[in-house]
Amino acid sequence: MLTKEKQAPASPREAKTISGAEALILALLEEKVDTVFGYPGGAIMPVYDALYDYTAKLNHVLVRHEQGGIHAGQGYARSSGKVGVVFATSGPGATNLVTGLADAQIDSTPLVCITGQVFAHLLGTDAFQETDILNITTPVTKWNYQVTDASEIPDVLAKAFYIARSGRPGPVLIDITKNAQLQQFEFTGYQPCRHIRSYKPKPTVRHEYIVEAAELINQARKPFILWGQGVMLGTAEQEFKAFVEKSGIPAAWTILGAGALPTDHPQNVGMLGMHGNYGPNVLTNECDVLIAIGMRFDDRVTGRLDKYAKQAKVIHLDIDPTEIGKNVPVTVPVWGDCKETLPLLTQLVEAKEHQEWLQQFRKYNDQEVEAVIQEELFPTSEEMTMGEVMQQLNELTDGNAIVVSDVGQHQMVACRYARLNHTRSNITSGGLGTMGFALPAAIGAKFGTPDRTVVAVIGDGGFQMTLQEMGTIMQSGIDVKILILNNRFLGMVRQWQELFHERRYSFVDITSPDFVKVASGYGISGKSINRREELRMALQEMLSHKGSFLLEVMVTKENNVFPMVPQGCSVSEIRLK
Amino acid sequence: MRNETHTDKQEFNITVYTENHIGLLTRVAIIFSRRKINVESLNTSPSEIEGIHRFNIVITETAEVVRKIAGQIEKQVGVLKVYFNTNQDVIWQEMALYKVPTDVIAERAVVERLLRENGARAVVIRKDYTVFETTGQREETDNLIKVLEPYGLIEFVRSARIAIIKDSEGFHRKLQEFEQSEPGDEVVENEYLSSREKVFTM
Repeated sequence: MLTKEKQAPASPREAKTISGAEALILALLEEKVDTVFGYPGGAIMPVYDALYDYTAKLNHVLVRHEQGGIHAGQGYARSSGKVGVVFATSGPGATNLVTGLADAQIDSTPLVCITGQVFAHLLGTDAFQETDILNITTPVTKWNYQVTDASEIPDVLAKAFYIARSGRPGPVLIDITKNAQLQQFEFTGYQPCRHIRSYKPKPTVRHEYIVEAAELINQARKPFILWGQGVMLGTAEQEFKAFVEKSGIPAAWTILGAGALPTDHPQNVGMLGMHGNYGPNVLTNECDVLIAIGMRFDDRVTGRLDKYAKQAKVIHLDIDPTEIGKNVPVTVPVWGDCKETLPLLTQLVEAKEHQEWLQQFRKYNDQEVEAVIQEELFPTSEEMTMGEVMQQLNELTDGNAIVVSDVGQHQMVACRYARLNHTRSNITSGGLGTMGFALPAAIGAKFGTPDRTVVAVIGDGGFQMTLQEMGTIMQSGIDVKILILNNRFLGMVRQWQELFHERRYSFVDITSPDFVKVASGYGISGKSINRREELRMALQEMLSHKGSFLLEVMVTKENNVFPMVPQGCSVSEIRLK
Repeated sequence: MRNETHTDKQEFNITVYTENHIGLLTRVAIIFSRRKINVESLNTSPSEIEGIHRFNIVITETAEVVRKIAGQIEKQVGVLKVYFNTNQDVIWQEMALYKVPTDVIAERAVVERLLRENGARAVVIRKDYTVFETTGQREETDNLIKVLEPYGLIEFVRSARIAIIKDSEGFHRKLQEFEQSEPGDEVVENEYLSSREKVFTM
């Protein structure tokens, strides 16, 4: 198999006897890991002991809860494009990772989680802090494996990183028994993994489908592009832009796709789905060819499937063949990495300008501006809106910040209105909808991209789920801007109760502590405002503050996020109010 | 993918070739349980290729659902290939064991004749009971239950289904493809490629 001499494998290094724990650390260094998020405990102590000698090379961030650790790993991965690495101990440490694993699995985030496990001879005996984490995490990992012998560690780690980052990325969990961490073995060096016979990261590109897709696109009068996170996961932003610009087709994004094409690009027609923009939703049911790129037709995007784009011929580009035809029947399946398939398609499509068709999106956009956006961003009401906070933030950051949003009304507002000039600038929990995600994810994003401004936009409910991670900020001394949009409600649930449950506000009225005081206890400066006149100055103060800053903005209580596709409705039935 | 209107449920035989790895059975099983699909029969065994296991799974579902499930299974790390076939596309067999009191058999020769007619044979003959074995499709093994019941059938057990795909060249060539699929330039640097079994047999 060796074709060139220069590619011959390096001669094996001299074997040296080291512990499994040290082999793990060396493997991380070989994989160019610079930061690990974690929390020590009994069953992972040998790894932490080995880490003690490598702290100059490997930065460990002590989080306050393992869920915070894994969300930080996700934020790190999503902002930097690298694999997030997380350490946790056995039992409760490991089970606290489950939410983050599920989140990373559904949002295709590359993670390698290392959990400690009880001694191998105790497995299955209900030993102290033993849980069957392999079986618990099987449905929420791309791959998992239990190591019981130290000699397996280098190869298992190589495999873990390869699986996590290749193809459609995802989380991997490696559970290492304590005896394997302690065990001394002959370490002969680390070799990265680049092939597993029973794992095919990318399907083979079928050129006949590219040709068919191009023909459909060239004949289309009203073609429409839907793009998702796959564009960014494939680092295909440039290829995507080239395709969009040559074809002249209007393009709309899913929540995780935001930012792959700048917000103000003339062909970017907005957000899809339940709280997306009016035009792209209505016109989904009018287009003649729908080109889906790196997205998975989630139910929050499609609304009622039996009424979704029935008139359209659907072309679906995806690296994961099981996503093609899963929810929406497809006319042309374009299997493959969009970094490879998009240029092939761009080559075959005719250069066009669909001005008249684009104009229809603009017409709907004007209606939406008039009915919703204008009042959201430039309200005449006395109380502040979430939209105007985002609008002011956009102006002050000039669209250059990384916006990490939590889950709820503010998330929809943040994603709808955030101006994004750069890719990998919108980090949010899309598929799982995990409240409590944003603060730790923002911490991770800052570690992943230290040179960028990171603003965590969080509701009063979500913030209280993981606010202990302010302790991580305090100890690490990093600079994360925390923007709390406080409406004193679990706003999205309240909105649904208002619209669909006859205003029976069942347990959505949430009381919060004095967030500024809590932050102060963690050594984080802060401010709370409730008057519009203070908004711009306060945002300015937050952004220019040296170090982390918490700004709480009291916003109007019973504001609803519109437009909205009510559940069980077609996307074209999107309501403006 | 296209023009698929297979909405009628029928029996499908899903054949899965996998690495012999701990935990894969769970990964495969939860794909069915998550969709609330009952597995009617499941057989796992070594295949004709060393180190490769073969699952035979029988479910009753529509072709479209089965196609999606097959894709989900094939996507799992450790799974090499998944095929799905209707009963017409496979040759399938199940084995059944029947325990009956020996004295009844001995006293009533008609039973022996019935066993012959049903292609059964004695596996064990003891003073108190005799165990017969037969192999066939469901109705054949069911038939023998009906025949033996009046003579005091004590116990009955049937195996999972095993099936061989009629239109198949076997898996050897496919496996070679997986092992030799273009590794790309970088892969030649991986010294473990030539001893992959050693490295990745887990």
